[in-house]
Amino acid sequence: MSRSVVVVDAVRTPFGKAGSLYAGTRADDLMVRAVRGLLERNPQINPADIDDVSIAAATQTGDQGMNLGRSVALLAGIPNTVPGYSIDRWCAGALTAVTTIAGSIAMGAYDLAIAGGVEHMGNHPIGEGLDPNPRYLAERIVEQDALAMGATAERLHDRFPTLTKERADRYAFNSQMKTAKAYAEGKIQRDLIPTAARSAELGWGIATVDEPPRPATTLEGLAGLKTPFRPAGRVTAGNSSGLNDGATAALLASQERAQQLDLPIKARLVTFAFAGVEPEIMGYGPVPATIKALSKAALKISDIGLFEINEAFAVQVLAFLEHFSIADDAANVNPFGGAIAVGHPLASSGVRLILNLGRSFEEHPEVRYGITTMCIGLGMGGTAIWENPHYKAGK
Amino acid sequence: MADIMTLPEGAPEEIITRSLVREVDLGAFGHKGSLVLITLDNGEDHNRPNTFGAQSLASLDAAITDALSRHPVAIAITGKPFIFAAGADLSALGFLTSREQALAIGKFGHDVFRRLGEISVPTFAFINGLALGGGLEVGLHCTYRTLASTAFTGLPEVFLGLVPGWGGATLLPKLIGPERAVQVIMLNALNNNTMMKAKDALTLGVTDAVFEPADFLERSIAFAAAILSGRKKIERIDYTNDPNWEKALSTGKAAALKKYGGAQLDAPTRALALIADARTATRTSGFDAEEATLADLVMNDSLRASLYSFNLIQKKRKKVEGAPKSSLARKVSKVGVVGAGLMASQLALVMVRNLKCPVVMTDLDQARVDKGVAWVHEELAKLVEKKRMTPEGAHRLTDLVTGSIDQAVFANADFVIEAIFEELSLKQTLFTHLEKIVSPECVLATNTSSLSVEAMTQGLQHPERVIGFHFFNPVAVMPLLEIARTSTTDDVTTATAVSVGKDLKKTMVITKDAPGFVVNRLFMRFMGEIIDAMDEGTAPDVADNAMRSIGFPMSPFELLGLVGPGVALHVAETLHDNLGPRYRISPTMQRLVKEGVKAFYIKGDDGKYFANPAALALVEKGTNSSSSEQVRLRALTALAQEARMMLEEGVVSTPAEIDTCMLLGAGWPMVLGGILPYLDREGISEAVTGKRFHPKGVACLP
Repeated sequence: MSRSVVVVDAVRTPFGKAGSLYAGTRADDLMVRAVRGLLERNPQINPADIDDVSIAAATQTGDQGMNLGRSVALLAGIPNTVPGYSIDRWCAGALTAVTTIAGSIAMGAYDLAIAGGVEHMGNHPIGEGLDPNPRYLAERIVEQDALAMGATAERLHDRFPTLTKERADRYAFNSQMKTAKAYAEGKIQRDLIPTAARSAELGWGIATVDEPPRPATTLEGLAGLKTPFRPAGRVTAGNSSGLNDGATAALLASQERAQQLDLPIKARLVTFAFAGVEPEIMGYGPVPATIKALSKAALKISDIGLFEINEAFAVQVLAFLEHFSIADDAANVNPFGGAIAVGHPLASSGVRLILNLGRSFEEHPEVRYGITTMCIGLGMGGTAIWENPHYKAGK
Repeated sequence: MADIMTLPEGAPEEIITRSLVREVDLGAFGHKGSLVLITLDNGEDHNRPNTFGAQSLASLDAAITDALSRHPVAIAITGKPFIFAAGADLSALGFLTSREQALAIGKFGHDVFRRLGEISVPTFAFINGLALGGGLEVGLHCTYRTLASTAFTGLPEVFLGLVPGWGGATLLPKLIGPERAVQVIMLNALNNNTMMKAKDALTLGVTDAVFEPADFLERSIAFAAAILSGRKKIERIDYTNDPNWEKALSTGKAAALKKYGGAQLDAPTRALALIADARTATRTSGFDAEEATLADLVMNDSLRASLYSFNLIQKKRKKVEGAPKSSLARKVSKVGVVGAGLMASQLALVMVRNLKCPVVMTDLDQARVDKGVAWVHEELAKLVEKKRMTPEGAHRLTDLVTGSIDQAVFANADFVIEAIFEELSLKQTLFTHLEKIVSPECVLATNTSSLSVEAMTQGLQHPERVIGFHFFNPVAVMPLLEIARTSTTDDVTTATAVSVGKDLKKTMVITKDAPGFVVNRLFMRFMGEIIDAMDEGTAPDVADNAMRSIGFPMSPFELLGLVGPGVALHVAETLHDNLGPRYRISPTMQRLVKEGVKAFYIKGDDGKYFANPAALALVEKGTNSSSSEQVRLRALTALAQEARMMLEEGVVSTPAEIDTCMLLGAGWPMVLGGILPYLDREGISEAVTGKRFHPKGVACLP
């Protein structure tokens, strides 16, 4: 029954800083732009043949509400015969859209589908409209820190004293440098869909690059930043991802359909896993998720040649690397930099990791497997293991 | 320059459309360098489109200078969401006092816009939404144009009594050739200001590409990059030696003559001259001619009257003078139509289409009822055929329209309108009978055109719910609805009637219950004078053509053929009885009706109309013949007299109501301002009634 699932293509809008680049742009319009850009890049696809459109957002109200998947499909001009749904697993929204669509393809229900995610954190500040059940704290189901992501990152530093602020800052600095280098080499722009963004004061503009990166970052500068989550803390705006706006979209297909249509293949999904941890240290989630996924795939960490890990916080990446004995500055981890530099519009990030991994696969035919992994609020991690379609044994 | 930046006295503050400047790196679109994107934005939402007044033009001028200083590879101009630009700011135009001012405005527009066609880099108009008049002309100055697939465009100037005078009349014929330019500038404008859909604009060559709105700007920039890098080429045709110039110009001329009943009006004539000139004109000579034409038209009473009419129509569409609070209106969820003849059937159709509630028709016998209901059903089916309604929409409405010979079906109706024979006693009997069936709150409306509504309430328990609700034929097309209150009609009834009228998308004028209300009373008075002149011995064609030059859409006798002598005679008789002998009963008309002769003009085998000998044979042969000028003066005098009486009687409260009625109920042209501005400027108002209807400066030059 089970069939192979491949990523045909993935794209994203340039990411913006909340309240800035896309302050005058709706979240659904960002998502529509990503989907239309994806379809424009793949003209051999007849939109009517798309089986489903799964779109993630962490806050599903207002311009991220109205069953975003269906709404985006209609707004993007996809025929109304194509259904859509919205999906949510906070930061792993787009990753979950991908794995859910993949499950549907694997079981033979779908042949071709779109998965993506959007977060407009300017329009929907993190935590907007949340109403945590009082039982959480009254019955100590979670600690207070579990509800503030910055605090969970501080808790990771507490848990693993070897993960120092200095290491976190250096990791963040490297992320900025890797992103700057990737930009200089044109490796990021190629998957960005130019996106019109209007400002009432400035008029229409076109976003063609990410707004958040700070290529002029210095270690000294990072060291001097405030620690907003606790006095004398370790988590700063510099070693965390920011508050961002952006959208991502990926085209998934069964391997048979991709071959029939002669579609390019960026990556083949091997398996995936989600796992939970104590909500107070949600950033640790990628560790158990990856262990679980490797076990399902009967692979070892040493089989994985490329890593795309979401950089919600530097410390959370470091916890992962330390667990698997990978160097902080390993070249095969986030080679194009990560969310600390380009930003993390919550539910959209999962597909950004996949599109980066797909590009790295092209550059590294010697690598057979890669993973995309991310931490998820309220104590979870999600990992997908991918196989490189360009893999050449023995290289 | 300085003096055009000062608003003319009395003009409202300009809402400034700012031109915002931003750079777009074309690298992501496969071309080196940056494009400067100018956004037109007046800071308001789409209900208040961008316009060009003096300060807005200055802002665009500065933006172009700013853009050039950035050494771009191209300059593009686009609009705010849903709107590109709706053209010149007309609000100040009516306040200009000198030809120099008018010339200066034309020149300033040219000076700014032409830069887009003459600077050293290619320019693009990304027309993202509505672009009218000067808004489209900005685009025509650019080297290339893209258009959003949902955007409407057009050059409505000739419709307004102007010409496309910021480059349009010169550039468009050069761009798309004479035939298509005549289509856009003349035929569309004269056809009730028809706007182009994007696919039409593309076919006509007005735009080079059409993109869907979802990513219109991104695709437009990609288009620009493709042009700039030579990946895409747009071929332009030189139309100088096109063989169709003469033919196109005569098509335009014929359309204008037809529209204004044979009158040769300034704006269309001057527009055609500019189009003709465009064949060989340089940009400079063409623009100079446009400026001179604009200045002539702006300093002319006709344009002032047109602008007055245009503004009046806009204003009256939104606000009904003297209407009670809309919150008083009762909900109408079932409508009764008494009668199933052609008028009644039209009423049923317009009601069901707009109110989408049950509409029940009655008549004397089943055959008439069936015929009326079937007519409505067929009309709905035709709408489906013409793709103006979906089949399911038609199913829904078809089911809502039913008929009966038993008026008991009106029992739970909220609004019953009668369109039975124009005979007071019949209507009185009807309303008395209906009162036994319907609730005390049900509005009883009459579509009478000339009877007293008040007289119909005699003996009613609830006369306060009776109101005149007078449509014009054809009901679906004519925008006016006269709402006549009797001395007892209450506010709730009036508010309900106005609310129904709003749903029917009609422009309403509330009148006192007086015979003929406004349109028929004025119109029959005017018509009566023409017919009288003929009966007295004026040759029928002299009488009928006496008014040609002022631009009514049809001559009196052409219209008579449309209305039918029977109806016209009946209305004349009613008005004669109720308003007095100045509404004469013409022996000619009586004979036409008696002999069943329907029209003064009949269509020959060659498709042309000629005088009907059967009608001419019945004309009363008086011995007192008048000249054309005498007939004209006599008819206009009668109009002035009657209008003054109506205002004095309080039939309506302001001269503007009368103008609204004649514009929308009689289709009299905007250049006349309805009618009263024309009577004022011809000196007839003062000569006949001792004073003007409008103060000097309203709907005319100061």
